[in-house]
Amino acid sequence: MKASGFPYVLPMLLLSVAFFATPLAVLVGFSFIGPDGPSLHNYARFLGDAFNYRVLMNTAKLGMQTIASTTLLGIPIALLYWHSGKTARQVIIFLTLIPMLTSNVVRTFAWIVILGRQGPISETFVALGLAERPFTLMSTELGLVLAMCQIDLPLIILPLIAILSRTPVQFTEAAQVSGAGPWRILVTVLLPMMLPGLLAGWILVFASTSASFVTQAVIGGARNVYVPQLIYREVGTLFDWPMASAIAVVLLLSTGILLVAMTTISRHRRLVGHA
Amino acid sequence: MHSPRENPFPVFLYRAFIFGFGGLSLIYLVAPIVIAITMSFTAGQTLKYPPEGFSLRWYEALLDPVRSGTEHIAAGNSLKIAVLAVLGSLLFAVPATIGMARMRRSTVNSLEPFLLAPLVLPSLVYGLAALIVANFIGFQPSLWLTVVGHVVVFGPLMYRAASVVAQGINPSLAEASTVMGATWYTTLRRVILPLLAPGILAGAFLVFIQSLDNVSVSLFLADAQTTVLPLRMFALIEESLDVRVAAMSGILIGLTLVVMLVARRVLAPPRQA
Repeated sequence: MKASGFPYVLPMLLLSVAFFATPLAVLVGFSFIGPDGPSLHNYARFLGDAFNYRVLMNTAKLGMQTIASTTLLGIPIALLYWHSGKTARQVIIFLTLIPMLTSNVVRTFAWIVILGRQGPISETFVALGLAERPFTLMSTELGLVLAMCQIDLPLIILPLIAILSRTPVQFTEAAQVSGAGPWRILVTVLLPMMLPGLLAGWILVFASTSASFVTQAVIGGARNVYVPQLIYREVGTLFDWPMASAIAVVLLLSTGILLVAMTTISRHRRLVGHA
Repeated sequence: MHSPRENPFPVFLYRAFIFGFGGLSLIYLVAPIVIAITMSFTAGQTLKYPPEGFSLRWYEALLDPVRSGTEHIAAGNSLKIAVLAVLGSLLFAVPATIGMARMRRSTVNSLEPFLLAPLVLPSLVYGLAALIVANFIGFQPSLWLTVVGHVVVFGPLMYRAASVVAQGINPSLAEASTVMGATWYTTLRRVILPLLAPGILAGAFLVFIQSLDNVSVSLFLADAQTTVLPLRMFALIEESLDVRVAAMSGILIGLTLVVMLVARRVLAPPRQA
């Protein structure tokens, strides 16, 4: 059968152009609408405002903190997977998938319970005498990073596990036989092998932090404002769509720049190797 | 000089690092889920943890149509949107998968990024863009607009899940069917679709879960009457820290577990002899 596949692809392609590419183009166009004709007015106003600028920097900082903490906790879990037998490996995958597939709002809710004045963290600190009276981590940056890290952790674990599951155990045995200790194997064999997975995970984590509206609003509270809330405020309360579009474009660009940077790094032969 | 292998200390440290720190990280990953479930059975009025006694009172309050009417409507809306989003994704993504499997690799590589792009874009940005365009051509936010948004944003998940399976299908199976005189419809129904079924099921599962959970698209595209479940929970959390949210969380986690176990059964790779 030599029939062309194109007619089958066409509906989805049209859907993508009409309902995805077009709205995005319109959004970009909208962002240039100024009080008197097309201009960079909205961008100038957004970046010129000290508060907005701080929000933008805070959002980038939150993204970086989440990337750092998920990497710090994700690598040991991936290594635990690597050193486990068949059944334990399946358990680790299952334990990673449950939080990932659980609703974001549910996970955020769980963190409200954990971080609250009557939650387990505060109670433990008081019981151990480390704090004099109950305290809350809600509306703090630390609380938000703790929550975001747990919520995004599966996004970094799964790409790492995907690489490790395809790698035969003999891979490190060779290094072991040659006399390399476990730390040396970790640094010279396992980590370089996991790097492409880390890069993929970092992109997912950053994209997720720049869109996790609910977690940031609820746990960050009124004192910690991030770009997604800013967009929503412009649309929902101030009805300034051109301004909201400009902020959205800035968010898109920052995600895009990171994406391109990561892809470039992951194609770098000397740095990433050919695992 | 000692080779590292003879020195037991680094080996011990490494083990402690992997099994200690790795194990603790794993606990940190799962503990919030356990806490949300146990919280839902509290007998108390507040979110004090550990919970004060065991009761089903918050589940009773949640299931009571008088006290939780709004929540029932929101759950109904979310389910409706999720089911329609799955059907919409089937309609667009499955043909695209079949079509792509017949095209040259180079063509696929140049077309695929267009289909997958919605997965990379922050969906909040897409929600805003869709709202602006819909408003421009005179559509008000509604349930149907939300469904369209979900199909655009989550349809690619169906495409990706199905195309992973499609790549593994031997093209001569379809050829054999045609050579034997089957019409294209029979080939599609009796050969291609059954082979694609695991991928389609996995895709449907992903689209359903994501749609049910989505806030950022529904935030812009749903009207005031079409409250969806995650937004209702968000409102309850912001207003009053209502403990019914714990019961909702319990039900949603239970649902996720059931769907996961079913998917595992259905999608388990056939045992190799």
